[in-house]
Amino acid sequence: MSNIGFTAYLKRDLLLSYRRLGEAASPLMFFLLVSILIPLGVSPDPERLAELAPGMMWVMALLATLLSTEGLFATDHQDGSLEQMLIAPQLLALPVLGKVTAHWLVTGLPLTMVSPLIGLMLSLPPVAMVPMMASLAVGTACLSLIGAVGAALTVSLRKGGLLLSILVIPLYIPVIIFGSAAVQTAVDGFNWLGPLAILAAMLCAAIALCPLAIAGALRLVSSN
Amino acid sequence: MASNRDWTWFYRLGSPRWFYETTGRWLPWLWTLTLLLLTTGLVWGLGYAPQDAKQGNSFRIIYLHVPVSFLALAGYYLMAIAGAIGLIWKMKLSYMVMKSAAPIGAALTFLALFTGAVWGKPTWGTYWVWDARITSMLILLFLYLGVLALQYAFHSQESGNKASAILALVGTVNIPIIYKSVDWWYTLHQPATIKLTSAPSMHIDMFQPLLMMIIALYCFYALALILFTRAEILQRERKAAWVCELALQADKDSAGEAEE
Amino acid sequence: MPKTPLLSVDRLFFERDDCNIFEPASFNVEAGDIVQIEGPNGAGKTTLLRLLTSALQPTSGSILFSGENITDCHYEYLASLLYIGHQPAVKMTLSAEENLRWMSPATTSAPEIGAALAEVGLRGYEDVPCYSLSAGQHRRVALARLFTTEAKIWFLDEPFTAIDKQGVDILQARMGSHLAAGGCILLSTHQDLAMDKVRKYSIEPHSDREQQQ
Repeated sequence: MSNIGFTAYLKRDLLLSYRRLGEAASPLMFFLLVSILIPLGVSPDPERLAELAPGMMWVMALLATLLSTEGLFATDHQDGSLEQMLIAPQLLALPVLGKVTAHWLVTGLPLTMVSPLIGLMLSLPPVAMVPMMASLAVGTACLSLIGAVGAALTVSLRKGGLLLSILVIPLYIPVIIFGSAAVQTAVDGFNWLGPLAILAAMLCAAIALCPLAIAGALRLVSSN
Repeated sequence: MASNRDWTWFYRLGSPRWFYETTGRWLPWLWTLTLLLLTTGLVWGLGYAPQDAKQGNSFRIIYLHVPVSFLALAGYYLMAIAGAIGLIWKMKLSYMVMKSAAPIGAALTFLALFTGAVWGKPTWGTYWVWDARITSMLILLFLYLGVLALQYAFHSQESGNKASAILALVGTVNIPIIYKSVDWWYTLHQPATIKLTSAPSMHIDMFQPLLMMIIALYCFYALALILFTRAEILQRERKAAWVCELALQADKDSAGEAEE
Repeated sequence: MPKTPLLSVDRLFFERDDCNIFEPASFNVEAGDIVQIEGPNGAGKTTLLRLLTSALQPTSGSILFSGENITDCHYEYLASLLYIGHQPAVKMTLSAEENLRWMSPATTSAPEIGAALAEVGLRGYEDVPCYSLSAGQHRRVALARLFTTEAKIWFLDEPFTAIDKQGVDILQARMGSHLAAGGCILLSTHQDLAMDKVRKYSIEPHSDREQQQ
């Protein structure tokens, strides 16, 4: 069957995102728009912005990812594709990883690419640009995986979005701590590879463990 | 549900009726023990233990704060283990225990935060401070609230149970990570040598009432858990014959009392 | 020598929320059999079908595929079955052809896909994105799978919903040729099938549920 395996689902989800480019770009737009709120809401003073920039950019990236996570399994559940995915002769972790990878390619990766621009607008010190991109690249992948667990648990609920946020934000906290720490350590002049390594370790653990939780949650939801 | 292994003792543990009847016998003892330990511990700690050199009398709140924090964290693990047993062995009683542990744990976490704030005001001049332990406690509260919210979000009781169990397990894996991360974050941003919430190295006279309070809180937790679970059992098994008999008996008893 | 039935259900029982849906189900399905599952609305027809596809886990009982418990040969069983449920599992932003290709074996060639769509009356609509099609046409895209699949066991939940008379005839013809080739079909439908040797299986709602009513 064509609907077997990691690459099949990865390609299909990318195609689906491509067909709905407007929707797919909304986390990116959110990220850009909210960046304007910081100087407007706090202060346009470059020094103050520079202090806030690492943490604020991470918070905004987190919220943008959270925004798009709700739809990860929702359409599949509504149109019956989820059921077909469950009864295909494959390890459920594979299509799940395919979908989450596609989600990251459409959400986290664009955020990472756009972050230098946002950093510029928020007076992020130049020394922090590369650490910001690196930590966002790795961190948003973690966020996609962890968010997918919440999305799987709440997929059959209407108004599941708010509940998803409540469930997932406590689990996001270690990621944001080390993500923004990587940038902050770079700004302070220390070695930022340490926090980044821990972030990478979290990503490895997430890749190993989250698909199990997601698959379990999807199976139980299908028996609802 | 048939099983080929002879683990009847384990499956009997899973019978709500057995649980209800056995704990019914334990309850009077548990009530007495808990009330005794709680009153003794509180009176001893709040009244008779020696004053702290630096903090004066305000440190006495730790006799409530520390045991409650212990139980809040231990309670989460108990909830997660109950959820895991329910998922693996499909034991309904286990899910009921998990469901009961959630509000108790959430209340204890809130109490821990509240007593922490009460301690904070006279000690550091502010009710809230973002130090490692308090921040971790706050995150624990949100983890509890998530499990509670998920429990009640589903129409189907079973789905709610399973979803909460999965979430509780995910939370369990994350709790050490969260605690370590927050700890690390705090030391990164506040390289103060004074660890504000570490308990002062305690004199034995201060420590004994603390120990008693910890044991008292464990008994209290057990009591609360059993009471909540019993209520849950009655509610879920309300169609079973033994519950109907109990209800009829209770009716008769109260009618008899009213007559007198 | 008695042949092992293709599908054998033994005292399948499902309980949800302390409510037993139906009496334990037991029946055999041989190659070439078509079984119509009937029962009033809410009796549990969809639940039974979903139990058979292993989307749901039964509380007790077993399902045997050619004599082996499906828990032992899970992937082989899943690879030989096809399930079309209430929802057509059709993606709105993809075309009919793309949707069918997704649900068909990887070896299906483009002409075969086109032919399958033509059979269900969607010739000329292959490249149309499905959000432009009607609900009945979505159903047809889903049912076009029946013309490209290699699965032996078909589970169909109300397949004729929103299909016109001509479509029903075409589908029944396809079902007939599937049975002749040694496959089997279990379906739930309120319609009368114009086919030979349709066995009927009645779901008996569990006595608990009757008491509640």
